[in-house]
Amino acid sequence: MSALETAVSKDGLKRVVIEPVTRVEGHGKVTLLVDEQHQIQQARLHIVEFRGFEKFIQGRPYWEIPVLVQRLCGICPVSHHLAAAKAVDQIVGVKQLTATSNNLRRLMHFGQTLQSHAVHFFHLASPDLLFGFNDDVSHRHILSVIAEHPEIGMQGIQLRKYGQEVIKAIAGKRVHGNAAVPGGMNKALSKEDHAFLLKDIDQIIAWSQGAVDLIKKVHLNNRQFHYDFARIETNMLSMIREDGALELYHGGLRARKPNGETIFDHLDYCNYFNVIHEEVRPWSYMKFPFIVSEGTEKGWYRVGPLARVNNCDFISTPKAEQERQIFKELEQGKPVQSSLAYHWARMIEALHSAESIKELLLDERTMGNDLVTTGEKQFEGIGVIEAPRGTLFHHYQIDDNDLITKANLIVSTTNNNQAMNESIRQVANQYLSGRELTEGLLNHIEVAIRAYDPCLSCATHALGKMPLLVEIVDEQGEQLDSLYKNSQGDISRA
Amino acid sequence: MENIITIDEQMIPFKTGQTIMDAAMEAGVYIPHLCHNPEFEPHGSCRVCVVKVNGRMMSSCTTKATAGQKIENNTPELQENRRCLTQMLFVEGNHVCPGCEKSGNCQLQAVAYYTEMLSPRFQHFYPYRELDPTHPDVIIDFNRCILCELCVRASRDIDQKNIFAMSGRGIKAHLIINSPTGKLGDTDLNVNDKAVQVCPVGAIIKRKQGYMNPIGERFYDQAPIDEMGDIAEPHAGAKHHD
Ligand code: SF4
Repeated sequence: MSALETAVSKDGLKRVVIEPVTRVEGHGKVTLLVDEQHQIQQARLHIVEFRGFEKFIQGRPYWEIPVLVQRLCGICPVSHHLAAAKAVDQIVGVKQLTATSNNLRRLMHFGQTLQSHAVHFFHLASPDLLFGFNDDVSHRHILSVIAEHPEIGMQGIQLRKYGQEVIKAIAGKRVHGNAAVPGGMNKALSKEDHAFLLKDIDQIIAWSQGAVDLIKKVHLNNRQFHYDFARIETNMLSMIREDGALELYHGGLRARKPNGETIFDHLDYCNYFNVIHEEVRPWSYMKFPFIVSEGTEKGWYRVGPLARVNNCDFISTPKAEQERQIFKELEQGKPVQSSLAYHWARMIEALHSAESIKELLLDERTMGNDLVTTGEKQFEGIGVIEAPRGTLFHHYQIDDNDLITKANLIVSTTNNNQAMNESIRQVANQYLSGRELTEGLLNHIEVAIRAYDPCLSCATHALGKMPLLVEIVDEQGEQLDSLYKNSQGDISRA
Repeated sequence: MENIITIDEQMIPFKTGQTIMDAAMEAGVYIPHLCHNPEFEPHGSCRVCVVKVNGRMMSSCTTKATAGQKIENNTPELQENRRCLTQMLFVEGNHVCPGCEKSGNCQLQAVAYYTEMLSPRFQHFYPYRELDPTHPDVIIDFNRCILCELCVRASRDIDQKNIFAMSGRGIKAHLIINSPTGKLGDTDLNVNDKAVQVCPVGAIIKRKQGYMNPIGERFYDQAPIDEMGDIAEPHAGAKHHD
């Protein structure tokens, strides 16, 4: 853990606030404490929202949960929908879905992973990657990408749209539909929707491949920089298929040390609470999970595309597997620890999602009508899934009357809490310390956060509308300086 | 004089004894309503069906049709009144449509769409109301009850069980259950009782149905309520109370 988590003494330090952090999902802020020599003494990422889902679903009937909790997020509601549905399957005593329901849930999940990864890469991250972190802020956004690289901008929009069409075909709506019910699904895939999706899938795979090629080029063109930027050496946690393949919907848990050594493997996720605990720190609403056997100091870990592509032994679809092998060469087969490699791993997963969508569309079981399985009621259910941003845990208990009595959610971004904090401290040390702060330098902090694609509130994101205020105040709270960016991207010094 | 009334300039015939609502329903003219169900005695409590009869505000479900009445129904003024009433119903309870299993099959929601309700307008009451989950087949979510008394009427008049009743007055009025514990589990309610079928909103719900009805196939996914009519309609084609 970095010494920059808490300054030794706050005397004489200036406080710099980046709020809100832009081009991430939801609201967060970064505070920096800076001394007179411009040395950074403390850096923290705060999640300023508090949403209380765990509390307000108490007392509701369990079958409502998959529909209620998906409202946690406007970007990847399907993840919450499916994680909750898996927990509810356990509550109704269903261990095995029908092949059709299983395929439909997977299809929906791949649709969502594709669209979420596309949004992040093209809409949120590509301005930094294509124009540079120091590019003028009034230029560094998706509209410039569309203007100057129209084909890339268009592909991003189309990939996202396709992923959403997959979701809509299954859940009735692109965002916040309903599909999963206790023990299965509520609707078969129609022939029309199937034909509609199949028609474009080869193009989608080609564009996904193009996205991998693009990020690979960007990364390798500036290899050392990408290696160093916000680099931290961490444990990695992800779901894994029985045979060691990359798995996003259902499998055991695998955790590895920074050097790749196994901490646990194929662990039944119903025992997650024995291996993962959450630490509360007074300065943040977001908890800090850690792997129990490694302790709080060393037990924190990363989840999401980087962890998954690092942790798996192979990827089941050919194009993505080929890309994984190239990716793994980056650090000679050892776990890739470069934070900016998240972008690369994310696009490998987008490609895998597109390939998997095709496989599922060609699998005739997907078109079946046998949708719901029943079983014997249980009083507890745990659902775990690999959401686009990482491992997502839903855990519920119910009473005799079928009402929820207890809920525990560990969302993907929470798993990355410590890692994001460590990454910004790394950047603060590397780029900001000793220098006068500029918007471009502060953007370096945001770039580090953005690599994780955090969903800070699991809320919809108004792209380009998010103003940014950076204030420098002295210890009396007196404002010394401030930079303000309005929703048009104009910067002024207040 | 012939038995004819006009609703928004349209000539509508009626039979002696019919209400304006009966005549309108029979002619396929939609007058928004929530507490009315043609199978039961009119109640006149939700006020959503108020129309202007010869210039005076009257509830159409309780006003008898008489020859020559000139009735205004679909006017901006009346729509605004109805929207306002709907908004009051929404803020008085806890209606979280996005998570409600009745969504798409709910008359209150459908009337809100029909009256173009875009905001709650009033401050939410956010009342604290617990569910009654004690019955093996039926759950009552009091958060969504709009006090239409259809379950009260159905249980009393058709099921002959008198399971439901109203208590309190004015803003304190609320649905209660006639059992020693006040709980549904201690009544002889059966899931097939009329009282369970008539709820126009998501207050009385059958267990384990949840979201089995997919988006796109729900009742009001097909067309708005002025074309679809009531979801709680007792039997297809019922247009007036017997
Ligand atoms: S009962 Fe109707 S209006 Fe109320 S929350 Fe449910 S769908 Fe919405």
